[in-house]
Amino acid sequence: MSEPFVLETQGLVKEFKGFVAVDDVNLKVQKGHIHALIGPNGAGKTTVFNLLTKFLIPTRGKILFKGKDITSMKSAAIARQGVVRSFQISAVFPHMTALENIRVALQSFEGHSFHFWKSGNSLNALNERCMALLDQVGLTEFANTTTVELAYGRKRALELATTLAMEPELLLLDEPTQGMGGEDVERVVELVRKAAQGRTVLMVEHNLGVVSKLCDRITVLARGAVLTEGDYQEVSNDPQVREVYMGSTSTSAKQETSE
Amino acid sequence: MSEPISHADIQKTMLQQQKAEQRKKQLLNLVLLVLLLAAPAVLYPVFLMKILCFALFAVAFNLLLGFTGLLSFGHAAFLASGAYTTGYLLSTYPGLSTEMGILAGTAAATVLGFCFAVVAIRRQGIYFAMITLALAQLVFFFFVQSEFTGGEDGLHGVPRGYLFGFIDLSNNLAMYYFVLAVFLGGYLLVQRIVGSPFGQVLKAIKQNEARTVSLGYNVNLYKLLAFVMSAGLAGLAGSVKTVVFQLASLGDAQWHTSGEVILMTLLGGTGTLLGPVIGAAFVVNLEYQLSQGPLGDWVDAILGAIFILTVIAFRSGIVGEVQKFMRKNLG
Repeated sequence: MSEPFVLETQGLVKEFKGFVAVDDVNLKVQKGHIHALIGPNGAGKTTVFNLLTKFLIPTRGKILFKGKDITSMKSAAIARQGVVRSFQISAVFPHMTALENIRVALQSFEGHSFHFWKSGNSLNALNERCMALLDQVGLTEFANTTTVELAYGRKRALELATTLAMEPELLLLDEPTQGMGGEDVERVVELVRKAAQGRTVLMVEHNLGVVSKLCDRITVLARGAVLTEGDYQEVSNDPQVREVYMGSTSTSAKQETSE
Repeated sequence: MSEPISHADIQKTMLQQQKAEQRKKQLLNLVLLVLLLAAPAVLYPVFLMKILCFALFAVAFNLLLGFTGLLSFGHAAFLASGAYTTGYLLSTYPGLSTEMGILAGTAAATVLGFCFAVVAIRRQGIYFAMITLALAQLVFFFFVQSEFTGGEDGLHGVPRGYLFGFIDLSNNLAMYYFVLAVFLGGYLLVQRIVGSPFGQVLKAIKQNEARTVSLGYNVNLYKLLAFVMSAGLAGLAGSVKTVVFQLASLGDAQWHTSGEVILMTLLGGTGTLLGPVIGAAFVVNLEYQLSQGPLGDWVDAILGAIFILTVIAFRSGIVGEVQKFMRKNLG
């Protein structure tokens, strides 16, 4: 019964002036899993993410990371603990090069970020590690390209590399394939699979095709509350899930969304 | 598949670019230095000193707007607190050497900057701007009511005194080179800050604050530090200005001054180092020229029109547009 949960929420609630966006969510993410958080629009998936990383303050409830209560920690501190998130809209630093984007993440551990008297050249010591991370996501040749000039799919890859630079134990991915065409989606699936090695991943994802390929466990949210949880088979056969997702029970979830 | 590029090559390209950039910066610094050293031969030193004081003020302001993405609408408070502190001390204690008076003024502005930052830094965008404006108005009110500032009259006849106790600053040329040294010190400091690891984090905050938080940075602390440094340098500009003109007046504390520094920075080019300097020179010169002619009463209207034109037609400012042009035409 003592399964090692990396992340656990207990009775997590977020109310916005009378509107309950997240309602008593008990989430358990097992170590080494790729865990998906799915649900229709407005189900509260991104809100849960924002609560986990303290971009929003929970109204009630507890968040445990490796058994330790992190509910009262601030965003930056949570990131330093090893819970690092990505964003729905590709979150990059547009006017830096790809390499510099990653360097900002690596710099966060260097302890000289307040050294305003130091030459920027001191950051060059991190370049090699940046290159290795760019390799991982196939962006090596774009190292010196200003990020704003990168294609959308590459920006997302860069974002992932930046997130990985933090060496997170728990990776929170908010819709990594959002707004992507078929080929890019495949690439991201591969990237996430690679990135997940030796880590735990919790991801919000709309594309059920992606979820079926990647995820070990799925939690379905609807109207802020957990509807059901299980592996892909269990969840996709659950009539309740079909109902909230499709508004009907006639179509299988898989056929409908994995274009 | 194109040929794979080796890491070494990519890093070499990057280092070469960095070096070229640094060489360009050094060359520009040198040109600026030579020009400013020679300037008093052609132009009236007091006029030049006015430009340098406002240029330092704008450079300080730009550390926030251009490099951190924070729009302060209350920077007049720091200029004025530096000005009044220095003015009061030098008038009251004749034995005090000038640089001590200036240091005290800078310190006062730095402390005030810290107080502003503690209140304002958690807010963003327009709220941040409004809080800084409100605080600056409070400071203005304090200066109007206080005895030591001379109220509506301001402080007149502040002695320039002796620098380090022996350099007579009543000589305009000596004064000029002192102001130049202070300006260059401030300018190079900001240049250093912007290029440092700390500056890199500020840039990240400006470009994507939420992302910077998620990378483990306590962004409020970085913003606070940038704000305090900016306030301190603005105070330094005010202190030096008081010594130059032997005068500290309410004009420095008015919100009008906070607006003017925004105009200077935008006009010259935010996010560029030289921009605020050029912008300050442009505005100070324009005000001077207009005040000599029949259009003297129209200064504000003309500055307003220029402001609108800048925002609509050339947002990158003078220096920004020149940079764009050079990049397009010279590779």
